[in-house]
Amino acid sequence: MIKKFNIKFILACILVLSFAFVVSCAKKTPEPQATSAEQQTEMAEKEKAAEAEKKQRQLEEQEEEISEQELEARKKAEAKAKKEAAEAKDQFLSEKVYFEFDDSSLTAEARDVLRRKAEWLRNNPEACVIIEGHCDERGTDEYNLALGSRRAESVKEFLVKAGVNASQLTTISYGEEKPAVKGHNEEAWAKNRRAEFRFCN
Amino acid sequence: MLKRPRFTFKIMICILAVFFVPLSSGICSEEYDYINIAEPFTHKIPVAIPVFKALSEGSTQERVAQKSADMMQEALAYTGYFKMIDRGAFLVEPAEQEIVTDKIDFGSWTDIGAELLITGGVRMEAGVLQMEFRLFDPFRQEMLLGKRYTGKPENQRSMVLRFCGEVIKRLTGKAGLFKSRIAFVGSAGDSGTSGNGGKAVYVCDFDGKNIKQVTESQDIVVSPAWGRENRFLAYTAYSDSHPNIYITDLDSGETSRFAAYKGINITPQWVPGSSGLAATLSFEGDEDIYLLTDTGKIDKRLTKSWGVDVSPTFSPDGEKMAFVSNRSGSPQLYVMDMKSGSIRRLTYEGEYNTQPEWSPVEDKIVYSGMKKGRTDIYVIDVGTGEISRLTRDGGNNEAPSWSPDGSMIVFSSTRNGPSRLFVMTASGTDQRMLLEMPGQQKLPDWSSPAGK
Repeated sequence: MIKKFNIKFILACILVLSFAFVVSCAKKTPEPQATSAEQQTEMAEKEKAAEAEKKQRQLEEQEEEISEQELEARKKAEAKAKKEAAEAKDQFLSEKVYFEFDDSSLTAEARDVLRRKAEWLRNNPEACVIIEGHCDERGTDEYNLALGSRRAESVKEFLVKAGVNASQLTTISYGEEKPAVKGHNEEAWAKNRRAEFRFCN
Repeated sequence: MLKRPRFTFKIMICILAVFFVPLSSGICSEEYDYINIAEPFTHKIPVAIPVFKALSEGSTQERVAQKSADMMQEALAYTGYFKMIDRGAFLVEPAEQEIVTDKIDFGSWTDIGAELLITGGVRMEAGVLQMEFRLFDPFRQEMLLGKRYTGKPENQRSMVLRFCGEVIKRLTGKAGLFKSRIAFVGSAGDSGTSGNGGKAVYVCDFDGKNIKQVTESQDIVVSPAWGRENRFLAYTAYSDSHPNIYITDLDSGETSRFAAYKGINITPQWVPGSSGLAATLSFEGDEDIYLLTDTGKIDKRLTKSWGVDVSPTFSPDGEKMAFVSNRSGSPQLYVMDMKSGSIRRLTYEGEYNTQPEWSPVEDKIVYSGMKKGRTDIYVIDVGTGEISRLTRDGGNNEAPSWSPDGSMIVFSSTRNGPSRLFVMTASGTDQRMLLEMPGQQKLPDWSSPAGK
């Protein structure tokens, strides 16, 4: 886009300059030796008009150049803001909250993550979010479903206390049914004891 | 609202169609001294079941006679009460065997140590199958039980199982488990990351036979529970992308949504002597146990403590409810008096005790307890608090459920790798795999005595 605009601009400049050149050449045509005052006046007027036209054209060109630049800057700023918003949204979605085994209380790390999430939610009051509570494979299915619910609820409580509108938030528990990673060791379990976020619909 | 594979339980109807005639009326029915109630599985009663006799001509009869005798051996051995004497050890030739009291040479049975003898005769005429079975005490030279069954040939199994039920009743005074069924969750694949779908509720006979899928396959299905004449199954599924409770009518195959409150709707359990259910709901922001009417409306909130309260199970008289709560910091079993609402903690041993099920015959609760990361099956006496451990040294053993007569327990185990269903006697003896099918099986629930 930017390159295209530059080429157009250069072409326009060349056009204007060549026109100006033609005009100035015309000015230099040999004058008849004897000219009447009337003729001289007429010539002067024509020259004036040409000069004015030239100035006007230059002005127009300049004005055009400025508006192009403004547009560029605005577009860049918009793109940047969009990118930042998308990044913030991505971060909001991708950042998970992790828990200790058989525990629904929030760790210091979890609180940090949730503070960022609360900020995003406050800035995006139209966003409708589902908080998913998950457990690792240890323990029993039914209790883990309830524990997953407890985890999602404690996340919700924290966000509401941090100023998020409760109507933006719903909770769901998947217990141990949807592990994030496979594996039967502490590393896998730690990644599976989590709360995740997704948008409604 | 949801389409389910339709099937009918013809067996139940067939059982009603089969009629029987007592062969002897002079049986003293109050003698149950054959099975030691206190230690029923440590001394197994040696039983001889010779191949049944074909009473009419034809190869079909002989096949039926052989198959019925094997079936009866298998079914009775399944209970854990008996030791089947190998037919190779019999002193009586099959061709010469007699099946009625005055002709039987009891000495040839006592000589091989048979404390019980079962004889049978099979007759097939005009498409009607007639079978007669007799239970003897060879030492007393006495017939303990005699029954004749008449029905369609396809009712062979139900006739044999019916007699097995009579045998158990004669020996223990209690109805057996041969009419009972087991519901469980079966999944097609290995439980890996998300998309391990293909889970459904299945139902099989007490011995793992006649496996049938009774709900649609879906991503998540948990905790099937029998109720109301053992005709309905309640369970939690995510059919509407949300953990709701559904009830499937096994007779009609129809499924209806029972409870769909905000949050979770899990661990449904029918309340004995009532049409309502208890279940854990979280619509008030806390996981508590509620009583629900038969239409799924909230009747009463039963637990009010902050934190998880889940998995209600009731004493047979419905007066007490045991459940799991993490109010003390870790999941433990608690007992609530339904009249007064008072609650006491039942388990203090172990850091993770869940999945309680109250025995249908006594004040004992079977549950899963985790110690050092391993889950095993334990039984606790509600009165004394005495605990006995039933499984050890073999994977995770979870989700125990009593047979309706309280003599056996079904559970899931990962002892061989994937989760499979196992059964054992109530004392923990005779542990074996219930059934073989692809994928994984878990969360079994054995049907109730008369249907709660």
